[in-house]
Parts: sequence; C-alpha cells; structure tokens
Amino acid sequence: MKNQAVVNLRQRNKICRANTITMAHGSGGKAMRDLIGDVFVGAFDNEELNKLEDQARFDLKSLTAVGDRLAMTTDSYVVDPLFFPGGDIGKLAIAGTVNDLAVGGARPLYLTCGMIIEEGMSVDDLRYIAASMRETADQADVKIVTGDTKVVPRGAADKLFINTAGVGVIPAGINLGSHLAQPGDAVIINGYIGDHGAAIVDARGELALQNTIESDCQPLYSLIHTMLQVCPEIHCMRDATRGGIATVLNEFAIASNVCIRLNEKALPVRDEVRGMCEILGLDPLYLANEGKVVAIVPAPMAEKVLQAMQGHPDGSHSTIVGEVTEKPATTVILSTLFGGERIVDMLVGEQLPRIC
Amino acid sequence: MKYVDEFRDPEKAKLLIDEIAAVTGQIETTQQRPLQLMEFCGGHTHTIFRYGIEQMLPKAIELIHGPGCPVCVLPMGRVDDCVTLAERPNVIFTTFGDAMRVPGSKKSLLQAKADGADIRMVYSPLDALDLARNNPEKEIIFFALGFETTMPSTALTVLQAEQDNVRNFSLFCNHITTVPTIKAILDSPDMQIDGFLAPGHVSMVVGARPFDFVAETYEKPLVITGFEPLDILQSIWMLLKQLNEKRHDVENQYVRIVPENGNEPGMDALSKVFELREFFEWRGLGSIDHSGVRMRDEFAAYDAERKFSVPNLKIADPKSCQCGEVLKGVIRPWECKVFGTQCNPETPMGALMVSTEGACAAYYNFGNLDELLKKREAVGT
Repeated sequence: MKNQAVVNLRQRNKICRANTITMAHGSGGKAMRDLIGDVFVGAFDNEELNKLEDQARFDLKSLTAVGDRLAMTTDSYVVDPLFFPGGDIGKLAIAGTVNDLAVGGARPLYLTCGMIIEEGMSVDDLRYIAASMRETADQADVKIVTGDTKVVPRGAADKLFINTAGVGVIPAGINLGSHLAQPGDAVIINGYIGDHGAAIVDARGELALQNTIESDCQPLYSLIHTMLQVCPEIHCMRDATRGGIATVLNEFAIASNVCIRLNEKALPVRDEVRGMCEILGLDPLYLANEGKVVAIVPAPMAEKVLQAMQGHPDGSHSTIVGEVTEKPATTVILSTLFGGERIVDMLVGEQLPRIC
Repeated sequence: MKYVDEFRDPEKAKLLIDEIAAVTGQIETTQQRPLQLMEFCGGHTHTIFRYGIEQMLPKAIELIHGPGCPVCVLPMGRVDDCVTLAERPNVIFTTFGDAMRVPGSKKSLLQAKADGADIRMVYSPLDALDLARNNPEKEIIFFALGFETTMPSTALTVLQAEQDNVRNFSLFCNHITTVPTIKAILDSPDMQIDGFLAPGHVSMVVGARPFDFVAETYEKPLVITGFEPLDILQSIWMLLKQLNEKRHDVENQYVRIVPENGNEPGMDALSKVFELREFFEWRGLGSIDHSGVRMRDEFAAYDAERKFSVPNLKIADPKSCQCGEVLKGVIRPWECKVFGTQCNPETPMGALMVSTEGACAAYYNFGNLDELLKKREAVGT
C-alpha cells in the first residue's frame, strides 16, 4: 500500500518540462527535484524508492529467508553510443549488475542507480533510458531502491555515465568460485559469442558495414537459477563481458591451476560476427558479451545442465565448448578448426584492427 | 561461412600435410639441415600461428617469419615524427589502429592521445578525407603506411582530394616497397633461406613479374601465397616440389586474387602520386635503397613532410634488441636476449613485438612462452 502523503507529494510537483539537461538540473533545486521525480522515480516507481529517503532500508528477516550470505557488486557503464541494436546504456546498466550477482549464485534483489549526466543531454533520451532500466529490472525481478543524479559541464563526461550497485542473497549450499575448476569438468556457454562487441563496433557507424548484429545484452538470473536447480554443485561461473570468453577462461585456468581446452568447432559464433572479425582482424574469443555465462560443470552433470539451459529461452543455443584438463596448468588451449592447436592468452591492451 | 570455410577444411589440410611430408622425405638436403622457408608477409605469419600450422609440418621444415609487417618495421624516429605532427595545434591526426601502440623514443600515438593530441583511428584513408571535408578549419593528416597493398587506396585518396580541392588534407607518407627488401634479405651474407612464400596482397597490386629476379638472379623458388591456412599449406607443398625437382620458378598459388600483371589502374594511381625514395630506414634492418616511396613534387601541397616541419631524427634501435637477426631468419624470436622478459607485448622494445603480425608477438601470444624461454636458456644465448 502506498503511503498517501508520499503520493500527494509526488502529485504536487515533479514534472520536468525541459528538453535538455542544464547545470540547473544538478543544482539541488527545483529543476533537479523535478527531473528526479518525473524521469527517474516516475520510471523506477517502487515503494522503497518512493519514500525518497537518503538510503534504502531492508528487513533482515526477508533477506535471510532467501539464503545465508549477502552478495554485493558495483559496475559503471560508459558505453558509446548510448543506443545500439539490441539495447541501450540503461538496459546494460541493469543487466550487467544483475549478472555480476547471479554468476556468484546470488538471487539479485536491490540495485542502486547513480547517473552522471553531461550538460546538453536530451531529456527524452533520459526518459527512454530510465524506462529501459525499469523494463530490464522487472525482467530480472529486481528493484532500483536508491539513486543519485549529478550534472557535469559539457566535455566533463560523455553524454551519460551510469553506475549501478547491487545486493543479492546466496542460497545455502551454493558455492561457486573461480578456483574450483577440476580436470574432467565441462565448459558450457549459453550461446553465440561476441555479439555485443560486434554490435557496438557496428553501431559506431565507422565501418559502413550493412549488418544486423544485435547486442546479446540480457539479465541472466533466470537462466542461472535454472542451471543451479539442476546442479547446485556447478564449480565456476562468470559472465563474459569485456575481454570476452578468452579472458574469463584464463581467469579460471589461473585461479584453479588447470588447463582449459576449447574446441573451435564447437564455439558458437554468428556468421555476421565472424565476417566482421575476418574484415577487421578481430578475434571473437576476445569480443565483449553482455548476456553470456561461462560455466564449469562437473562432467557427470554436464549433459543435464546443458539440456536445462537449452530448454530456457536465454540458453537455447547453449553448447559444451571444451573441457578442463590437468596440464599445461594455467593455460587455455584452442584446438583449431584446422586441426592445429594454439594458446589463447589474456589480451594485452585493446584489440586494434590491423591494416592489411 | 561461405568463401572462408572452404579454405580451412581440416580434411583437405590432412591430405596436404601428408603430401608435404612425402615430398620433404625425398629432398636429400634435409638430411643435413632443415629447409628454411620464409613467409615474407605478416598476414601469413598471423595465419600460421592462429591455425597452429608450424606444428603440423615435418620437423625438417623451418618457417622463417619475414619483415612484412609495415607497423613492425617502422623506425622509432618516424613514430616520433607522427607524435610531433599529432601534437601540433589545430591538427587531427588519423591512423590505422595497429599503429597506435608502436613505441616512439618518448611515446606512442596512444600515449600522445592520452596527453591530449587529437588522434583518431580510421579504417580507410577516405575516412580521413571525409574528416577534412567536415572540419575545414582543421588540418587533417593521414598516417599513410603499408606495402604496395595499401598504396593505391592512399594514392586514389590524394587524387580525390586534389580533384575536390580539399586543401586541409595531407599525408605523412611511410609507404614501403617489397621487392628491394626481399633483395636486401637475399644479399645478406648470413642468409640461408631455401624458398619464399611471397605476399599475396602485394602481388594483387604489382602482379607476379616483379618477383622474377628471385628465381632468375638468386635461383630461389618463390610462390605467391594466399592468406587462408589451406593457401599456405598448398604453397609450402609447391615450394617443396620445386626444391625436390631442383627448379626455381615464380609460381602463383593465389590465382583467385592475383592477376599476372597486377592491378593496372591501381599501379597507375600509385605511380602518378608516388616516386621512389633513394633509401628508407627500416627498424631492425637499417637503411635499404629504394625501399620507400615519397610524394611527387606535383603533390607537395598534400605532403605533410613538406607542409609542416618534421624533425626527421634518426633514433637507433635499443642495442639489446635483435629484431634484425630475427627478420633475416638468422635467429628465431625466442632466441633474442630480451624476448618475453624486457620485451613483451605490453612494453615492446623491438618492432616485432608490437603488432599481432610481428613474429615475436605471434610467438608470445600463440606460442608456449615457458617452453620457449626454457629452450632459449638451453641454447645459452
């Protein structure tokens, strides 16, 4: 039930009539109250946020009912462009933080939202982004319970930066860790790799490629929940964002002191993404993803987990892409399509397109 | 994927590997020493490592990774010149992506960008020309580099700029030529190379004939080679066949792309805009006669070297680097004193560690580093 006083307060003001953000929207005065009330609170709309206190408050009992450990994470989102095929910075800011909680086995519950807005930003774009955040939060069944808004002068930030922090609860009995991979384990991924990285390169429009690559940006909690229900003993899980699956697998190999052998034939890569990589000299193994979970699963359970994933809408293209072996430890090796082998190392710096 | 997967078919690769092993066995000299085949082009080096081709070949074949990576052979002084140009007020300096990390004597373009220079990555010189059109109050400089492969597109961009009267566009020309460089390698006294895989994309522009001297004067077999793994295996087999039959011809494996006489309109544009320099400095190899081009006098207005003052200082390579010996195939990358330790892709000292197409970076990224370091210790270098 909504507090009547709060409803009255909301109705009394809070309409942002400006078309663009000015420094006034960050001044702490009426313009800021209207912006926050209309654009952000209006979109995120939930009981905890609507109280407009300086902090969100949780009932401990409701948390301990879910599990026995809290999980907490934070991430900042600075993507350029703000809107891209398959998503936008708002969707990314929710999905990314939800996924960071989910791959730890946690049930994501509450998020914070910090906005750093460059003067001159379109208010309509902000509305669109806030609505997209709400939609993604609903999809992931999380609430944005507290926030902060800052406006900086033109040039001090690039249009919009978003920080979200998240709190979740890990159910008893779930113990995931990047150091837990064992020889014999299977490496599973929930679908095509590199879509987000390729979509962003494409959306920057520097290449004039006629493409339809969409970002894979999506919250993964529901899929991961399904996986953990089938097999609570999954050893490791990470979402493969920047640095791609190559980076995540190297982290597993180093932390667990094992070798991970990938089978290039089994790697799911869309033709459009492969095509772009061929042209630019990029490697899809290092391209960013925003909706891909890499899981290291005990061999006897691998088939069962795979089936459960394939039966879920966010995992219909799931595949076993490799296995964990003992040696050479701390190394990721790719058996190439061609029948050779090569080491897949961590990336140094940024992937730069080659010239000829 | 169509037109790609066909050239990566593992079944066909197996057949070729068997054929290669059979021919290698018939060549007598392999009893005394391994055959050294040089792939000149960095694109080939990249394919060889990416697909693990080296380990599929018989032990009696050694691949020597040549100097055909234009980013790698760029001398430090030229990078310093780039930084100087980029740091001029009112300049937008445009470059291909992989030149960003090449170290100069003080900084790379990536560092200069972080320090405030307006440096933008482009995918084509035409993108730089568009920038010039859209920013008439700025001077747009394009960092032109690469072998004959990229020369026609740069030349055509200059011709386009001239035709459209775009005056705020210029080139910092660092184009280099293939043939004099292969000649320099062949003239080097410690050279032991038995045959060459010649660059397919350069040949697409210049044709096959410029390589005739390798067969005629130096009596070495040469095969113009494509960039897919099956292309490379087939070309190795063609070289071995020549060696076995004691022939030394110029053969073209990359017939689907390389016409006998090259790309004539491309060559026309190229010779309209560029002329040979007396010499050009290469990182690791030193000065090689006629191995670079500059812009002809008619295009001086589009030549950044003449339009702006460029220090043009010669900076010696670090003494500990052995890039030159690696480039000539005298030592393998892992035999260099600083390989993998002081010189690594994060802080490259030598040119070959800079680009993913450089031989050392390829070894570092795709090879087993520990094993290579152990080997080096065992050799005692």
